[in-house]
Amino acid sequence: MLKTSEIIETIRMINEENLDIRTITAGISLLDCADSCGEKSRGKIYDKITRIAEKLVKTGEQIEREYGIPIINKRISVTPVSIIAGASDDTDYTEYAKTLDRAADTCGVNFIGGFSALVHKGFTRGDRILLSSIPQALSETEKVCSSVNIATTRAGINMEAVAEMGHIIKKTAELTADREAIGCAKLVVFANVPEDNPFMAGAFHGVGESEAAINVGVSGPGVVQNAIRKIGPDADFGHVSEAIKKAAFKITRVGELVAREASRRLGISFGIVDLSLAPTPARGDSVAHILEEMGLETCGTHGTTAALALLNDAVKKGGSMASSYVGGLSGSFIPVSEDRGMIDAVNRGVLTLDKLEAMTCVCSVGLDMFAVPGDTTPETLSAIIADEAAIGVINQKTTAVRVIPVPGKKEGDMVEFGGLLGRAPVMPIHKASSSIFIRRRGRIPAPVNALKN
Amino acid sequence: MVENKSHRAIITVLGADKTGIIAGVTAKLAELNINILDITQTTMQDLFTMIMLVDFEKSEISFHDVVVALEERGKDLNVQVRMQHEDIFHSMHRI
Repeated sequence: MLKTSEIIETIRMINEENLDIRTITAGISLLDCADSCGEKSRGKIYDKITRIAEKLVKTGEQIEREYGIPIINKRISVTPVSIIAGASDDTDYTEYAKTLDRAADTCGVNFIGGFSALVHKGFTRGDRILLSSIPQALSETEKVCSSVNIATTRAGINMEAVAEMGHIIKKTAELTADREAIGCAKLVVFANVPEDNPFMAGAFHGVGESEAAINVGVSGPGVVQNAIRKIGPDADFGHVSEAIKKAAFKITRVGELVAREASRRLGISFGIVDLSLAPTPARGDSVAHILEEMGLETCGTHGTTAALALLNDAVKKGGSMASSYVGGLSGSFIPVSEDRGMIDAVNRGVLTLDKLEAMTCVCSVGLDMFAVPGDTTPETLSAIIADEAAIGVINQKTTAVRVIPVPGKKEGDMVEFGGLLGRAPVMPIHKASSSIFIRRRGRIPAPVNALKN
Repeated sequence: MVENKSHRAIITVLGADKTGIIAGVTAKLAELNINILDITQTTMQDLFTMIMLVDFEKSEISFHDVVVALEERGKDLNVQVRMQHEDIFHSMHRI
C-alpha cells in the first residue's frame, strides 16, 4: 500500500499548493470543412466541433471528481482558420470567428483557439483576409482566441507581418477599449509556434496533427516554490535543481494520467502533455515567487535570468521523465498580469520590460500579458514583436508577444482584466522611435544556424 | 502507465480527533456496500489522519454520489473526508 506520507503529500499539493490541471484541450482538425461557399464551410465547422467535443466538459468534470484534482479549463483548438476559410470567396472572416464562438458555447468550453494564420514566410490570400479580420473578430466574440506565427528559425522573420501586427493590435485595443482592450489578451504573435500547444490564447491544431487529439497542460508553481522552501536557503544549486525536478515529475505524472484517461473516455487520441508552470493571480501560484524563493529579493533584480534558466531547465528534465509524449510550450510562463509576484515586481520598479525580454531568452514563451501606454505607436509594438521574434529565431525556441496597449492609460496606471487574466500595471516603454526600421518591410533572412541539413 | 481499470480508491479523513470518527465513516461505507481493504490511522499534532484503501466495485451508486455522501458524513463528524481513485497516488509516487 501507499505510504501515509505520500498520500498526504499529494493532498497537500492539491489543497494547499494549488496543484491543478490547467487545461484539457481538444485539438480538432477542420481541414475537411473547407468549402468554396463560406456559409457551408461554417456549417461543417460547427457540426464537427460540437460532435467531437460534445462530451469534453462532462468528461473533464468526471475525471476531476474521481481523482480529486481540479481541472480548471476545458478548451478546444482548431486548424488555423486562414487555411480553411481561404477556400471560400469570403472577403472577411469575422463570421468564421462567430461560428467558433457559438460552437464553444454549445460545448461549454471557456475558450476556443485557432483564429490563426501561419505567415512566417509569406501570406496567402486567406492569411491576409484573416489578419485584417482579427480586430473585428475579437471584438465581436467572447471565447475566440487568435494567434499569428510571424517567424521561424527555418524561414526567418516576416517583417511585413510584424509591421502589420502592430496595427492589428492597436486596432483590436481600440475596438475593445470599453473592456480595457481585452481583445489583445486573446491575440498572440508567435515565432516558432508549436502546433500542439494546449494553452490559450496561442492554441491551435496544426496541419500535421491527427483528426483530433487531447492535449493537457499542467500547472503547479506553488508546488515547486514549496519544494525549494523545504530545502532551505543553504542548499546549493544542485539540490535546488533536484528539488524542482522531483516536483515537476510528480506534477507531470498527474497530467499524463489525466490526459490518458480523457483520451480513453472520449475516444480521441492522446496528443501531448505540456509541462508548463502556468501561474495565476492566486496567492501561492506565482512563478516570480519561485525565483524569489531561490534567494532574490524581488523578481527582476540581477540574478533573475539565471534563476529562471535553472527553473525552466529543471522543470523540463523532471517533466520529460514523467510523460511519454511531452510537447506544446513546456517550460515556465512569465505573464505579468497573471502572476501576483510579477505584478508586485513591476509595481516596485524592479521588473522592467527590458529585463522581462532578457528572461524570455531562457523560458518557454515570451513577453506575455503586459500592458503598455495607450499612445504606444504601432511601429513600437512591431519593434517589440521583432525583438522577441529574433530571440526565438536565433535560439531555436518559441517566443511570443501578447501586449495590451490600453487606450487612455498611461505609465503607472493599473488595468483590471479580472479572473485568470488578472491585473496589469502599465509598463514604461522606450520613447525613441523604431519606425524607419519597421517600415523597411521584407523578410529578415533565416539565420545561419537554420542551415542544419 | 496505469489505466483506470481498478475499482480501488483512497479515502482520507482529516480533522480534530474525537470519539466516533472511524465508526461514523466505516458505517457509511458499509451502507454503500464499499469494502475496506486496508486501513491506517494516526494522530499527527492533534490532527486525526485516517487513510483507507477501499474497493467500490459493488457500490450501487456512482463514484460522484459516493464522494458526496462521504463529504456529507464528514460534515456531520466535523472532519474532511475525501475519496480519490488510487491511480492519482500511484502515478505520482510509483514509477
